[in-house]
Amino acid sequence: MDALALSRHPLWGWGYSDPTTLFGGVKCLETIDFFHKAVEMTDMVKKFGDFTANDKINLIVHKGEVHALLGENGAGKTTLMNVLYGLYKPTSGSVKINGNLLNIKDPNVAIKNGIGMVHQHFMLVEPFTVTQNIILGNETTKSMGIIDLKKAEKQVAELSKRYGLTVDPNALVQDLSVGSQQRVEILKALYRGAQILILDEPTAVLTPQEIQELAQIIQNLTREGKSIIIITHKLKEIKQMADFCTIIRRGKHIDTVEVAKVTEEDLASKMVGRDVIFKVAKEKQLRGDKALEIKNLVVQDARGLPVVNNLSLELHKGEILGIAGIDGNGQKELIEAVTGLRKVKSGTVSVQGKNITNLSPGKIINKHKISHIPEDRQKRGLIFEFDIAENLILETYFKPAFSKWFTLIKERIYSNAKDLIHKFDIRPEESEIPAKALSGGNQQKMIIAREVSNEPEILIAAQPTRGLDVGAIEYVHEALINQRNQGKAVLLVSFELDEVINVSDRIAVIFEGKIVGIVDAQDADEKQIGLMMAGGTE
Amino acid sequence: MKKDARLKKRFNIRGIKDFLLSGSLGVTLISVFLGFMVGAIVLLIAGFNPVEGYFAILKGIFSKPKYMSYVVIYSTPLIITGLSVAFAMRTGLFNIGAEGQYIVGAMVAAMAGYYFHLPMVLHIIVCIFLAALAAAAWGGLAGFIKAKFGVHEVISTIMLNWTALYLSNWAVTLKSFGKQGTGKSFAIQETARIDLFGQWKITEAGIDFIRSHKVLGDILKSPVNLGILAAFLLAFLMWYTLNKTTLGYQLRAVGYNPNAAEYGGINVNRSIVTSMCIAGGLAGTAGALQIMGVSHRIAKLATMEGYGFDGIAVSLIGNNTGIGSVLAGFLFGSLKYGGSKIQDAIDAPTEVINIMVGTIILFVAMPKLIKLIFSFKKGK
Repeated sequence: MDALALSRHPLWGWGYSDPTTLFGGVKCLETIDFFHKAVEMTDMVKKFGDFTANDKINLIVHKGEVHALLGENGAGKTTLMNVLYGLYKPTSGSVKINGNLLNIKDPNVAIKNGIGMVHQHFMLVEPFTVTQNIILGNETTKSMGIIDLKKAEKQVAELSKRYGLTVDPNALVQDLSVGSQQRVEILKALYRGAQILILDEPTAVLTPQEIQELAQIIQNLTREGKSIIIITHKLKEIKQMADFCTIIRRGKHIDTVEVAKVTEEDLASKMVGRDVIFKVAKEKQLRGDKALEIKNLVVQDARGLPVVNNLSLELHKGEILGIAGIDGNGQKELIEAVTGLRKVKSGTVSVQGKNITNLSPGKIINKHKISHIPEDRQKRGLIFEFDIAENLILETYFKPAFSKWFTLIKERIYSNAKDLIHKFDIRPEESEIPAKALSGGNQQKMIIAREVSNEPEILIAAQPTRGLDVGAIEYVHEALINQRNQGKAVLLVSFELDEVINVSDRIAVIFEGKIVGIVDAQDADEKQIGLMMAGGTE
Repeated sequence: MKKDARLKKRFNIRGIKDFLLSGSLGVTLISVFLGFMVGAIVLLIAGFNPVEGYFAILKGIFSKPKYMSYVVIYSTPLIITGLSVAFAMRTGLFNIGAEGQYIVGAMVAAMAGYYFHLPMVLHIIVCIFLAALAAAAWGGLAGFIKAKFGVHEVISTIMLNWTALYLSNWAVTLKSFGKQGTGKSFAIQETARIDLFGQWKITEAGIDFIRSHKVLGDILKSPVNLGILAAFLLAFLMWYTLNKTTLGYQLRAVGYNPNAAEYGGINVNRSIVTSMCIAGGLAGTAGALQIMGVSHRIAKLATMEGYGFDGIAVSLIGNNTGIGSVLAGFLFGSLKYGGSKIQDAIDAPTEVINIMVGTIILFVAMPKLIKLIFSFKKGK
């Protein structure tokens, strides 16, 4: 921070020497009051047993500033914020809020001191209205403890108007889009008087358009003198939204930089500790024969609504077909239908001319050679209590390679694990530790090792990089491209548009259970795809 | 030495206290200890000397070979119903129906033992086989209802328990099977019994032997039978099946995470039915062995005897493992038998034993509480 010269600009007030114009003309530094430190965390140490999650981290956030916390998964960003929000007790270090030394022993203290946090997974009561959710735990009451909903609604409407957080106070939360739900969470924090707002991975579930709206909201908030801390590992959004960025690697404070003065590549290499290649390198390749054909597929959800609605799609050998779309447009049900995990209402799925509609998952995996990297790796992809070796044979345990006369052959199972651990770089290199002890990235490597070693003809990857850090993402993308280069067909479903554009050969956009457009990845236009994802016609 | 170091590393053992707090065995031992403490407090409140009380229990268990033999006999069905509950639990199912499966097994064994006339060893095998088969179907039915209609096994097995009870009571009223007016069935054939020396004991030579041999004779005064060997064998088979076979892999996968098992191509519904069949078969075997080794007949029951329900406790205390069920079964059996002596010795109610067992389970189910208690003592 010392390297930056602080000066008073005649128009913009206090700021660094060159107030920079950022993405879309959003000007950030003007709102910062550099004489008011809203948050000052000094030498924060947090240990879990022998593990040091935070090792002397310093963080200063001024009034009206947007500060990004950047780091890989498990770097300690969320831990630091949980300490600030009173969810964890720090091992040592001091926290000052607005210049006052505080002992934030629980979230109530944090809330009282104007700290609000929007968690990655929203904490809303779905059948309640927006207002009911916002006042929950802090209800406006008339006498006798009767809730004064009218008054509360008015307050919520005022708040939402003031900050541009458009949302209907009477709508039920379950009817709202994810972006709107996030706005409800932010309103909830503001309703409780938050001056300092922590947003944990706020853009993970948003469409490109919703991300723009969020950027606007953040700008409105800082203009009102709120301070924002964004936890993220998305560099583009840091460039777009943040004024300053603190980079944490393995619990250590690496650097705090002024965002306008660094490139995305700089940020990435500081985060990972080495240079990172962004563009996925892949040779041009002609696609081969049809591998998977989906015709007029209809799949219903639990309520009987057709979430996949008359969908048709073709996947060829030697290509990666990316499916772009916002969460909840039928991607999950489409994949479950293809892999046999969910019943198909009508329509057909065929692999190389053979009809596989409504076959059992076992048949589809072993006979028709479809492998699947599941969207939710903890729910579907692995068994926490099983060790790595046991997890690696989930689909093949009964095959002669691993069993004889219904008895498992332990030596073969463990030597198989040893091979795969080595080949796929799973860490730690021990086949006998339970899957729950692995980091998210290594759990994913284990799943990829299992699915790829099953030698599939078709690989379906659903959100394969969700929650992974930059290094692991590189690894997953390479694995997918490897499959494609070997002439296999790869179907990639992701909510990250960048990923889809980067990795795929072709991009199909899904909206409300239908494919609304297919484009070549080479001439993909992010804005156009984003519009299609949101149901816009073009 | 090397293995020792590795073990230490894996479990992070630094001392006895860490050991006790690190694993489920330690928690169980502490829980048992705390259970005895609470039992002592209850005795104290009720105005009895707990030292005397526990001494009476210990004396009731160990003072005579006959007593120890009775403990084994009491423990046998508890171990096996414990295995039944444990097996289901390991595969993600809560088999409250062990009681009903036990009743069905007992009923079928009593019928096969009475109606059939077969040579000695064959008759025993046929009885056990048929009892296990019927009880497996009884348990499997609950599994089927769950797999097909999504009815939770706790609900269906509770109802099947009552169905089994009344079915058994009805069987006793059959003219060809029940002794009219006694509320009991006819005794099973000699060839279907598994008591040791049952016939010889009442011959003159037998009576002489019992009189002249102090230790062995005393043991023979109890209905010694081969059931305990079957219990050991079943515990081993359960461990082997769960840990060494493809079936066990499959069932454990479904138990830990049915979603992942389904994703991996395992037929989850079939696994549920299979697991409930095996659990039912185990409980049924317990009932059969009890008939063939101890009671030789079934009786009209006003209420359930509780062997299956005690099996739930045994399984919980035994951490749902084979060896754990054996040890917990013995603990439970000794408390049940030894505890019955407390009434005669110091006039204290035997219910104190149930309080102790309940407390043990309570603490076993709350390992975190135990850790909390001990870390407070450390002053952390």
